[in-house]
Amino acid sequence: MRQRTTSGIVRPSGPGAVLLRGLLFAVLALFCLYYLVPLFVMISTSLKSLEEIRAGTFLSPPRAVTFEAWGKAWNAACVGVRCDGLEPYVWNSVLMTVPAVAISTILGALNGYALTKWRFPGADIIFALILFGAFIPFQVILLPMARTLGQLGLAGTVPGLILVHTVYGLAFTTLFFRNFFVGVSDGIMQAAKVDGAGFFGIFFGIVLPMSLPAIVVTVIWQFTQIWNDFLFGVAFTVGDSNPVTVALNNVVNTSTGVKEYNVDMAAAIIAGLPTLLVYVVAGAYFVRGLSAGAVKG
Amino acid sequence: MFHSRTVLPLVAAASLALGTAARAEGTVEVLHWWTSGGEAKAVGELKKSFEATGGTWLDSPIAGGGGDAAMTALRARVVAGNPPTAVQLKGPGIQEWAEQGALNDVEDVAAAENWDAVLPPVLAGIMKYEGQYVAAPVNIHRVDWIWANPEALAKAGVEAMPTTWDEFNAAADKLQAAGIIPLAHGGQPWQDATVFEDVVLGVGGAGFFRKALVELDQEALTSDTMIAAFDQLRKLRGYVDPNFSGRDWNLATAMVMRGEAGFQIMGDWAKGEFLAAGKVPSKDFLCAPTPGNGFVLNSDSFTFFKVEGDDKLTGQKVLASLIMSPDFQKTFNLAKGSIPARTDVPLDDFDDCAKLSHSDLLKAIESDSLVPSMAHEMAVPRSVRGEFLDLVTEFFNSDMSSEDAVKRLADAVKRAM
Amino acid sequence: MQQASLFRTLGQTLERRLPLLVVSPLFSLSLFFVYGFIAWTAYISLTKSGVMPVYTFDGLAQYERLWDTPRWYVALKNLFIFSSLFIGISMAIGILLAILLDQHIRLEGMIRTIYLYPMALSFIVTGTVWKWILNPGLGIEHLMRQAGFENFTFDWLVNSDFAIYTVVIAAVWQSSGYAMALFLAGLRSVDDEILKAAAIDGARPWRVYTGIVLPILRPVFLSTVIILAHLAIKSFDLVVALTGGGPGYATDMPATFMYAFAFQRSELGVAAASAVMMLMTVTAIIVPYLYSELRGTRK
Repeated sequence: MRQRTTSGIVRPSGPGAVLLRGLLFAVLALFCLYYLVPLFVMISTSLKSLEEIRAGTFLSPPRAVTFEAWGKAWNAACVGVRCDGLEPYVWNSVLMTVPAVAISTILGALNGYALTKWRFPGADIIFALILFGAFIPFQVILLPMARTLGQLGLAGTVPGLILVHTVYGLAFTTLFFRNFFVGVSDGIMQAAKVDGAGFFGIFFGIVLPMSLPAIVVTVIWQFTQIWNDFLFGVAFTVGDSNPVTVALNNVVNTSTGVKEYNVDMAAAIIAGLPTLLVYVVAGAYFVRGLSAGAVKG
Repeated sequence: MFHSRTVLPLVAAASLALGTAARAEGTVEVLHWWTSGGEAKAVGELKKSFEATGGTWLDSPIAGGGGDAAMTALRARVVAGNPPTAVQLKGPGIQEWAEQGALNDVEDVAAAENWDAVLPPVLAGIMKYEGQYVAAPVNIHRVDWIWANPEALAKAGVEAMPTTWDEFNAAADKLQAAGIIPLAHGGQPWQDATVFEDVVLGVGGAGFFRKALVELDQEALTSDTMIAAFDQLRKLRGYVDPNFSGRDWNLATAMVMRGEAGFQIMGDWAKGEFLAAGKVPSKDFLCAPTPGNGFVLNSDSFTFFKVEGDDKLTGQKVLASLIMSPDFQKTFNLAKGSIPARTDVPLDDFDDCAKLSHSDLLKAIESDSLVPSMAHEMAVPRSVRGEFLDLVTEFFNSDMSSEDAVKRLADAVKRAM
Repeated sequence: MQQASLFRTLGQTLERRLPLLVVSPLFSLSLFFVYGFIAWTAYISLTKSGVMPVYTFDGLAQYERLWDTPRWYVALKNLFIFSSLFIGISMAIGILLAILLDQHIRLEGMIRTIYLYPMALSFIVTGTVWKWILNPGLGIEHLMRQAGFENFTFDWLVNSDFAIYTVVIAAVWQSSGYAMALFLAGLRSVDDEILKAAAIDGARPWRVYTGIVLPILRPVFLSTVIILAHLAIKSFDLVVALTGGGPGYATDMPATFMYAFAFQRSELGVAAASAVMMLMTVTAIIVPYLYSELRGTRK
């Protein structure tokens, strides 16, 4: 999609323009600082030794770079009596996140498609009701969900967690796809219907391939939400099947008389790395997907 | 990706089946929050001993000082119908769960080993429900201790450990003048409450403590004695450093270890931290009971939940017996800093502070000044304790007057009952 | 002949109903897991539940207890302060950055990534880092003092009256980039023709933005408010990691209040009552907005 900028049309001219431009860059740079400082703090702290941390300030770069904290965070940090670091829990998170993202995305696409392209009475009300589900605080459903999972025989298991995340991700995935499809013209669909294509035929043959931007936005959002979740993880999984966020909390909130800030920061980065990578790599697609109308309302 | 959807449940089911089939010696899944230094070492001892019997120990640690996150997980799992085999649970909380029918009893083990004969009556009562043991205590912690750094005290000219609150205040003033933080404190509600109840014991005595903090008598709660207690708490507030808010208890202990601070008012699990850091009692650190001539009791215990399956039931009984065995009581408490729950274990290998604790315990039982800790969930239901903590922590973090505090405290307690 | 046409109409009816059939199971999931659970919670708030759920009816006693508790008022106050500041500031920064970034910047891609990445981190991570940065003894105050400003104080984190604003700082840091991305996407989709016409008419840039562009972005405002409100309610993890609800309970929010009463204080009834109050607040704000906007798009 060709990138259009409003400034292309309304660019101010004249000597004032240079000053304005300079001001523009200054403001942008200031904000860059605001966003980057915490990341710098995390990385530089994780590369320092404990003595250096105590002696300096949080902004001072490491004088002697050491990766000791990283090694410890990955496979030696203690979570209770188990001192295997974060490594085993990362795998748990992967096993939980990937299926949940996939399922909720597909279902959201189906929902959005059905709600917008096939007008049936009550579609808007149904959408509103589904959307409202995005706002409930998760604490509210912890206990009833626990009871339900128990009755389904899924308590304390990864599939149970996948179910929970899928169900509660449905509101947002439906929102993204519905808004996207609202912006897609009905013309192609009408043509296909005239040709005799059915509901699913149109979905898999035409709609899905053209909704790549919406899929990207949804997958990125869902991956982030599910990977970073803590509450469901702590309530619905047991010990060894904890996701990495719960393990991170255990590492950070555990101290052996000395809070090992460097290990804590290294662990925090490790836990956040997958989602960070997704954003860095797919950030451009994300904005492009948004432009394509995924969240136009 | 779609592979894992179908394969995973199969793998989970298979491993579950394998797991249950192979363990005839006993399996326990233990939920606890002992993740820091001395504590992790201590629970590691229990794990080792259990596995030495041929059993399997599945560890479920959930970090967080007072066990808050752990309690969430526990509740969710009980509601879901798959509770852990043993949980680090204590005090009236045990009875609360028992009333819901969520526990298994280990009465047969208790009767066979005659637990009644070796546990203090106050403690034994807490471990039982309707006369049957549903939990096994691993230790007795004393909550009312003052820990000090002798070097820091010497530098400030403090000659002896204080025996009254006035002496404490005088010593604290000297420390402050010498540029040392008088009181190392962690600003978390349960720590504020710990200091509070130690103050109450010192200001009012064991009888008053019992009336106000255990029996929740409204008159006691609004009495002048209680106002005096809050006044002393206000004074202590002036002796902590500005960064106290949210600090973990073991980091406050570290401040004393390093000489940054002179005193810490904390239970004897702080000693576990000193010992884990290789410090020697009477040389590198001092211990003395807080003023009051009483003994505030706290006891960690493992409570047995209603599980099914022979391996798990066996595991519970093996664990129960193991916990109460003299050998284990000795090893565990050497690591944790507390003293054995069994009163008949010889304390030769224990340090001086522990020996002092033990002799004080026996004295307190005799003179009826043994009181259960309110702050550490031994005395009152969690709902009431919650109100105490809310009020004390608000008092500590604001400039509420003592008169207001006692009024609000009385109202809060009434509300929660 | 009749049979064939019967099957045909049957097929057509099925085809017509297919969308409904597809959406129904998914909708019923929503119905059960969201509204069913809300109903369960509402019922529990009317019972004597303590440690575990019990179903003996108790009237409005739990609500009385709730409104008698001072801590609840602190939580409510914090929710309003936090939400309004968080949503307001994030949107303001978002629009500002979006407009700035829209001006033909060479390094736009990189700058955009920098603004957006905090969104990728979990609240636990954010809380941990900012807790350190805002800690008087280790973070900004310490830094300034080392740099020579002996009397500089920035102890909001441990100050009962100001701690809630530290939560705002950290939360805005996490989410304003996302608001920016949404507005940027909206800006990019403004039609060229309108802007060309305005330029021809001699309108100054400022007027173009306020008079034409911003009104066109109204749907984006909706989406952004929805997402930010969702995050504001979810900010349970952030509070827990950054302040632990403290000092004392000065940064308590309804979500952490409910959590504490349900899981730590064995008072499920009160917790359920607080949850219902939370839900009612959310409904009162979100529903009218949703209604007016959705009615608009139906046109």
